[in-house]
Order: sequence, then structure tokens, then C-alpha cells
Amino acid sequence: MLIAIVTISALALGFGLLLGYAAIRFRVEGDPIVDKIETLLPQTQCGQCGYPGCHPYAEAIANGEAEINRCPPGGETTMLALAELLGKDPIPLDDEAAAQKPKAVAVIDEQECIGCTLCIQACPVDAILGAAKQMHTVIASECTGCELCMPPCPVECIHMQPLPEDITHWKWPLPSEPEQERPTADATLATG
Amino acid sequence: MHYPSPSNSHHKLYRFHGGLHLPDNKTQSNGRPARAAALPKRLILPLQQHIGEPAHPTVAVGDRVLKGDVIARAQGLISVPIHAPSSGTVIEIGEHPVPHPSGLPAHCIVIETDGLDQWGELPEPIMDFSTRDPATLRQRIRDAGIVGLGGAAFPTSVKLDPRQPVHTLIINGAECEPCITCDDMLMRERAEQVVAGIAILRHLTGAKSCLIGIEDNKPEAVTEMTRAVASSGQEGMEVISIPTLYPSGGEKQLIRVLTGEEVPSSSIPASIGIVCNNVGTAAAVADAVLQGRPLISRYVTVTGEGVGEPCNLEALIGTPVVELIEQTGGYSGRISRLIMGGPMMGFTLHDDSSPIVKASNCLLAASAAESPDPGPALPCIRCGQCASVCPVRLLPQQLYWYARAKDLEKAQEYNLFDCIECGCCSHVCPSHIPLVQYYRSAKNEIWAQEQEKRKAEQARKRHEARLARLARKEAEKQARLKKKKAVLAKKPAGKAKTGAPDPKQAAIEAAMKRAAEKKARLAAEGATPRNTRQLTEAQQRQIDQADARRQAAGKAEAHTEKPVAEEQE
Ligand code: SF4
Ligand code: SF4
Ligand code: SF4
Ligand code: SF4
Repeated sequence: MLIAIVTISALALGFGLLLGYAAIRFRVEGDPIVDKIETLLPQTQCGQCGYPGCHPYAEAIANGEAEINRCPPGGETTMLALAELLGKDPIPLDDEAAAQKPKAVAVIDEQECIGCTLCIQACPVDAILGAAKQMHTVIASECTGCELCMPPCPVECIHMQPLPEDITHWKWPLPSEPEQERPTADATLATG
Repeated sequence: MHYPSPSNSHHKLYRFHGGLHLPDNKTQSNGRPARAAALPKRLILPLQQHIGEPAHPTVAVGDRVLKGDVIARAQGLISVPIHAPSSGTVIEIGEHPVPHPSGLPAHCIVIETDGLDQWGELPEPIMDFSTRDPATLRQRIRDAGIVGLGGAAFPTSVKLDPRQPVHTLIINGAECEPCITCDDMLMRERAEQVVAGIAILRHLTGAKSCLIGIEDNKPEAVTEMTRAVASSGQEGMEVISIPTLYPSGGEKQLIRVLTGEEVPSSSIPASIGIVCNNVGTAAAVADAVLQGRPLISRYVTVTGEGVGEPCNLEALIGTPVVELIEQTGGYSGRISRLIMGGPMMGFTLHDDSSPIVKASNCLLAASAAESPDPGPALPCIRCGQCASVCPVRLLPQQLYWYARAKDLEKAQEYNLFDCIECGCCSHVCPSHIPLVQYYRSAKNEIWAQEQEKRKAEQARKRHEARLARLARKEAEKQARLKKKKAVLAKKPAGKAKTGAPDPKQAAIEAAMKRAAEKKARLAAEGATPRNTRQLTEAQQRQIDQADARRQAAGKAEAHTEKPVAEEQE
């Protein structure tokens, strides 16, 4: 009897230690679901979702505090991807998010720029080059088009230039058909 | 329709799934010999005529160029240069209508020809190619700007550098799409050149066996090619007449017909030791290697009820479409749609001032009867006809549902990317659903999303780097503040501790003293320490700031006489 108690206790202790060690040794850094959500967000970092960037929005979704339909740059595609990932029902885009703008990059009017550096401080991806009292310029390939640099500019010399449509970026459109006939992803998933 | 096959080969042939017997409408354009198109006044050369990176112009407006000169160089591995098709002057580098389904303009080099058609300097012909290193030959093919002339326009030199050993070279002379006869005419009229090119391709790939597949509705081409192969004395090279069945000219379909092998889903033929090239490409390779000539012209079929005299022309790349139409009897007044390519896989040409490009095999001026309006699409009745004709054994109906619902993941699961866009499914669909357009749209969307993903990843990294930078700065600021506070707070405490000098502190002081002495000595000698001579402004600023900090710290210390090391907890 005593032997049994001792053995079981020893085993319990041993496994407890093992588990405790494993918990420390193999701890998962960060929250995997937040990371998964974040990879689906467009990383424009514009804050239009009401959170100060894509990561905070991803956290809010993971915690169930935010709906999946609040990201305008991502549009329907992102909403559908989030719905798929989280096993939620697709929902129509938030009113503000529904009005998708064409892709654009910021352009600084080099004649007007006074070199105040305010736009640099606003840009979430460090896409603006410049130094105090020097003319500033936007690295177009890095600009996400978030428009955050526009309001701080005291001389309003930043404007958004829509990306021109060219043959390398052109996409075959879906054949036109009356909108009400087009199934939602939902309906198809059910039939397929 | 049955054609007597002049090929006496007893090669075993296989069948691919599905396919269609279509009225071939080839006799309209292959009745007369091909002729050279007139030299146009202007040549318009799009920088992107191939799959991959566009070429980069090496000429400027006003430059005079000679026939065969490079006017744009390849950028990156998957790219080819572009050459001047005739002599003249570069008059514009800018946006111009190009043959593209979007109808959007693209960057082009425009040459005004001078009528002299004067050749520039060409690289030396390589007659003894069989003794040459494959890399040299591949470079020559790349430098000649050669791309697959069957329609895909993929750089040929890349295709000829497979990582797996190649046992079979397949030459595609099937030309299965209705109306198109340019390969047919090329094989009839230039069989020797085509066979010479095939010999080079074969040497390059090291393929033992070489099969030339030609549909049996081209008996003249089969005869000519068989004769040319026999007189070339090439061993193991065989011309094979195959049954006419659309799309037997699809790469994987032709491989299936000739060898019975199936290229696995989402792989290239090289993965099973096969390389496939078009007969036009072979002819261009012969020109490049044996004559040193770049790819500047090609056979183009001009046909359809919308033109006066359908025929084949050998046109310079860059010739405006409208000029070719004029040379074939002009518009007949019955045209309803101008198509670049054939009736099954071609696309509407929005502007006839667009030029012929390397991939242009056919101009189809289709009448209303030749290109009937299918009418509005009706709902899918799930009849399954599309699946029974699909040569890739896909499920077009499922692909359609998923593409339509934008469920791209599911569409990929159903092997969307194996679809060769042959159009068999939409051709038979009783509901007239433009199925292929759904697939093209879905493919484009997937590519675009992948690109977006890459951009998003880049933006996320930059954003994180920025946050890290800001956090570091903030931490530094806090540390400085803390240090200052600590210094102020310890002032009174310091006084109490006077007397016992720390040995470390003493050592630091001694070192500082030595440095100061040395500096003074050097200053007295008129010398400055070497590494402060050529400072940038920013460095100088940093040094000044550091000096100021040091002085401030020194002052503070003079009051406290507190060991510096202890301040930094
Ligand atoms: S709206 Fe979208 S892109 Fe903008 S910060 Fe929010 S999640 Fe990111
Ligand atoms: S440059 Fe302006 S629009 Fe572009 S990413 Fe930076 S803040 Fe956004
Ligand atoms: S277009 Fe695609 S899906 Fe339709 S038959 Fe051809 S390969 Fe099959
Ligand atoms: S052929 Fe047309 S109607 Fe028939 S199953 Fe295919 S898509 Fe549907």
C-alpha cells in the first residue's frame, strides 16, 4: 500500500516536473491566432479599422472585440479570408469599409515641401525620406497608400496619386452578370 | 473529314481526354504561298512581348538604328532583348496601343524606317554547333530574342536549360486551332530551316529521341518535313502525322498523343524528361545560330471573312496590324470582330494600329458568322458536357462555381492552374457561359493576391522595424532622464562618501589624464588625431554632442566625486 502511494506520488511529481519544464522549454511565442489573422490583413497600417494599425486590429479580432468587416484596404477579399480562418459567417462590409478606393501612393510636391519632417513621423512604414529643412520624397515602392501623412503636412503638399492601370497589373474581369444572381461564397460552400 | 496520311511511320499514338472536332477553316489562307509583307513606315516594338520582365530600352529618341541592332536589352533571367526589324530612326519611346486583351496601351519603341533595310553588324554564324558548349548556344538564342512562337512567348533559352536530363524532344507542328496556317506554311516552305533548327535544339537538350507531331489535316507539311528530315540524315528524328483533334497542339496534349505520357498536374514537361518546342521557334533558332540573325520577323496568318484575300505574310515584328490587313485585300466590310490569334484562344484586338508582336500567329477578321454572339449566359444546368470535353480532365463546372463565388482556394484545389484555356468547355456549354473568362479572372486574382501578400509582408516588416526603432529611442530617452535624475538625487549622498577613492575610478582618471596629455602634446606639435580629419557633418555633430555630454557629466561629477560606474544601475 505504502509502496503504491509512494510510487504514484513519485510519478505524479515526475510528470509534473516534466510538464512544467515542457511548458517553459516549448513555450509558443506570441499568440498564434493573432499572427494568423495578421498575415491576412493588408498591412496598410492606416487605422481605418478604428485600431492604431493592423496588429492591434488582429488582436481585437482574436479577442472577439471587433468584427471581421472593418478593414477598407482589405475589402471583401480580406473579410472572406478572415471568415474562412475563424470559421465565421461572411458578413457584409462595414459601411465605411465598403467604399473601396483605387490603390494610390503618396506624392510630395517637391516645390512646396518645407522640410518640416512631420510626414516622416506619421508614416507607419518609413516610406518617406528626408531630413529637417530638406525636401522630402516618398519611396513609391514602399508606400502603402494609408494617407496618414496627408493631414500633418502644414503646407498640404502631399497628395495621393492613383496607381495607373497597365497591362502588367490588369486583371481579366469576371464576366458581367446581374448582381443578384451571383452567389455568395456562403451559398456555394453549401452546394459544393 | 479524312486526310490520307503520307507519313509511313508506324508510331503508336495515344489519345488525350475530351477534345473537339472543329471545322478547321484553314483552306482559306493556305491556298497561296506566303509572301513578304511590305516594309511599313513605322515599326512599333512593345518592350514586353514575352513572359517575364520587360526589356529595357538601350536607344534614345533620335538614334539611328540598323536592322538587327539591339534596341532594348533583357532585364533579368526570364526576359529577352528586342531588335530593330529594319533600319531607321527611333522617333518615340512611349505608350502605344499593343495587342493585349485589356486594350490598354504599353511602353513601345517606335522606329521610322528609312526604306534602306540596311543590316547592322551581326554576330558570327555558328556552323559547327554540334561541337559547341550548350551554354554558348543558349546565350546566342537568348541574345537573338527568341521566345516560344507557338503563342506562349516564354523565353526559349530558359526552356532549353532544364534541370532534369531530357530524353525526348517534341516539336509541335500540330497547329490545331482553326483558321491558323502559319506553321503549316512555314513547314511547307522552309522545312530545311525548321529541321536545321530542330537539330540544334536536339543537340542542346541532349535528347535521344525527337518526335515532330503534325496534325493529319496538313499532308503537304508532313510530306515536306519528312523529306527534309530524311535528307538531313538525322537519326532518331521522326515526323508523325497525328489525328486532327483540338487541342492536340497543347503542350501536354501533344506529349500524351506522341508518347502516351501524362505530365503531372502543375509540373512542366521537363519534370518527366521531355522538352517541347514549336516549329516556328525551331526556324528562329536556326536563323540565330546558323546566320547570326535575331528574331525580327515571323509568319502571320491573316484570315477570316472580314478580309479580301486571306493568306500568310512574313511580317516584320512591329508592323501595324492595319497595314497587314491592307496588304491582304483590306477589310471586306463583313468584319464583326478583329481577333488576335484563333477563334478558340484569341482575344479581341481593340485597335488595329497595334503592332504584330513575337507571339502573334494570326489575325482573324471574323465575320458575324465566324464569331457569333453567344447571347446572354443562362444558368448552368449541370449537364456535365464541359467535363466530358476538357482535355485536362478538369471539372469545369466546379471551377466555374468557385471562380464565380471568388472562392479561389477551392478553385485551386480543383487544379485551376492546370487549365490551358483551350475553350472546349465554353464551346460546348449549352448555357453559353463564358467559362474561360471566369478561369482567367480567377487566375489573375490569385496572382494579384499573391503579389499583395508579398507587399503586405514587406509593409509589416517595415512597420515593425519602425516600431522597434521608436521603442529603442524612447528607451534611450528614458535611460538618459533616469540617469540625470539619479545624478541629481545622489548629490547630497555623494558628499558623505568623500575620501576613499575607488581603484577603478582612479584607473579611468589616469587614462583620461594620459589621453589629455597626449592630446595637448599633439596640439602643441600642430598635429590632430588622424581619425577626426575627414568627418561628415553628422559625425561632427555627434562628436560635439558627446563632448557636451561629457563636459556636463564632468561638472556633475566634480560636485559629487561619486564613481561613475555605480550610477548606471
Ligand atoms: S484598416 Fe486594415 S489596413 Fe488599415 S490598419 Fe486596420 S487592418 Fe490595417
Ligand atoms: S508615404 Fe504617406 S501614404 Fe505612403 S505609407 Fe507613408 S504615410 Fe502612408
Ligand atoms: S478551358 Fe480549361 S477547363 Fe475548359 S476545357 Fe479547356 S482546359 Fe478544360
Ligand atoms: S456545360 Fe455549361 S451548363 Fe453544362 S455543366 Fe458545364 S457549365 Fe454547366
